[in-house]
Amino acid sequence: MSNSGYAHPDALVDTDWVAQHLSDPEVRIVESNEDPLLYASGHIPGAIQIDWVTDLNDQIRRDYLDRKSFETLMSKHGISNNTKVVFYGDKNNWWACYAFWVFQLFGHTNAAIMNGGRLKWVEEQRPVTKEVPHYAASTYQAQERSDYKVRAFRDQVLGHVNAHLPLIDVRSPGEFKGELTHMPDYPQEGALRAGHIPGAKSIPWSKAAQSDGTFKSPEDLKGLYEQDNGFSPSQNIVTYCRIGERSAHTWFVLTYLLGYPNVRNYDGSWTEWGNSVGVPIEK
Amino acid sequence: MADISEYPETLRDVMEMFENIDEHGRAEILLDYSSQFHEVPSYIAQRPFPEDHRVQRCESEAYVFTEPNPNGGINFYFAVENPQGVSAKALAAILQESLMGANAATIKAVPHDIVFRLFGKRISMGKGEGLLGMVSLLKYFAELTEKEQKSE
Repeated sequence: MSNSGYAHPDALVDTDWVAQHLSDPEVRIVESNEDPLLYASGHIPGAIQIDWVTDLNDQIRRDYLDRKSFETLMSKHGISNNTKVVFYGDKNNWWACYAFWVFQLFGHTNAAIMNGGRLKWVEEQRPVTKEVPHYAASTYQAQERSDYKVRAFRDQVLGHVNAHLPLIDVRSPGEFKGELTHMPDYPQEGALRAGHIPGAKSIPWSKAAQSDGTFKSPEDLKGLYEQDNGFSPSQNIVTYCRIGERSAHTWFVLTYLLGYPNVRNYDGSWTEWGNSVGVPIEK
Repeated sequence: MADISEYPETLRDVMEMFENIDEHGRAEILLDYSSQFHEVPSYIAQRPFPEDHRVQRCESEAYVFTEPNPNGGINFYFAVENPQGVSAKALAAILQESLMGANAATIKAVPHDIVFRLFGKRISMGKGEGLLGMVSLLKYFAELTEKEQKSE
């Protein structure tokens, strides 16, 4: 499918494009997965791995890496300020979109998602390798992490709720209805209270994806968010899920595929909101 | 976290292998196990697999099946329909290697933190839910099979 109908077609590449740029020194292919085993089991030749836990998050505080750490990460993988970074991964590109989003906090705008992710590449029987590439260290100068444009914090979301501004809850209907808080022995992604942020509309992330993991067409996406749910590009929208990865997928769809200029991802998401004292919750 | 001594004896060796292991070593061992995965034999189950054997919340589309073992224990099998379900296959192979033919009480004694111990704390809740769901459904069917054995 052509990318031409999307608002920012440069932010989406297909598997053919990636196959043609495997040796392009101006391009770095980045795999970001939920499953830590997948990259080691075989990946796109030349692709590096950026892990959402160990690479993108601060290892002490609940926050992302800082400017210096981001520069170190980029340098380690030979990524310069001009490198086009193309993300792909498992689970319909959840973590690829999440990594893309973190890169935007540091202003790396020359970035794209490979439509269909890892599964599409494998199902097309394209080459994979277990060889981990090593690139010569680069010099990278990042901007200070910019948390105001694409990221929302809890108190901002509270203000958003009080102002009756729109939110999209992209979790499963069961999570939205408050039927599930966390699983046994996994309290770190759980919450003491279940439900959703008042006023949020439930549009599970998966509704933006086709069965093969690629994004739906521009027309179908407009139908989903605008005709079916009444959203419009002029709105100030906050997306959230449980830890911010699924909502990064919807953030990407709204921002880059539909061209909404004012969408923020609330990465604290339900693991913060559902554990916070005194915040309003609906069931 | 459960102490290793709380694990069924036949699982302790493999659990110890994952103690203090680095992430590279962990991935190597788990991938090796996933390559040893054998799907449920056709005499036990065939596609389309019955929904009541499907692991809830497992996006690797895993299924669990059991049969009585002639020695009074439980034989069990898995199907993993997601071609990228390497973690589910690794867990299935480890459980089969260590617990095949065990009695229901032994299978039910597997602590919930087996998923953490094998896959590390990097694993997300979604992934952990699915893997733990495999263990929970195995326990459920082991108990059911044992009850049926006793009633015969």
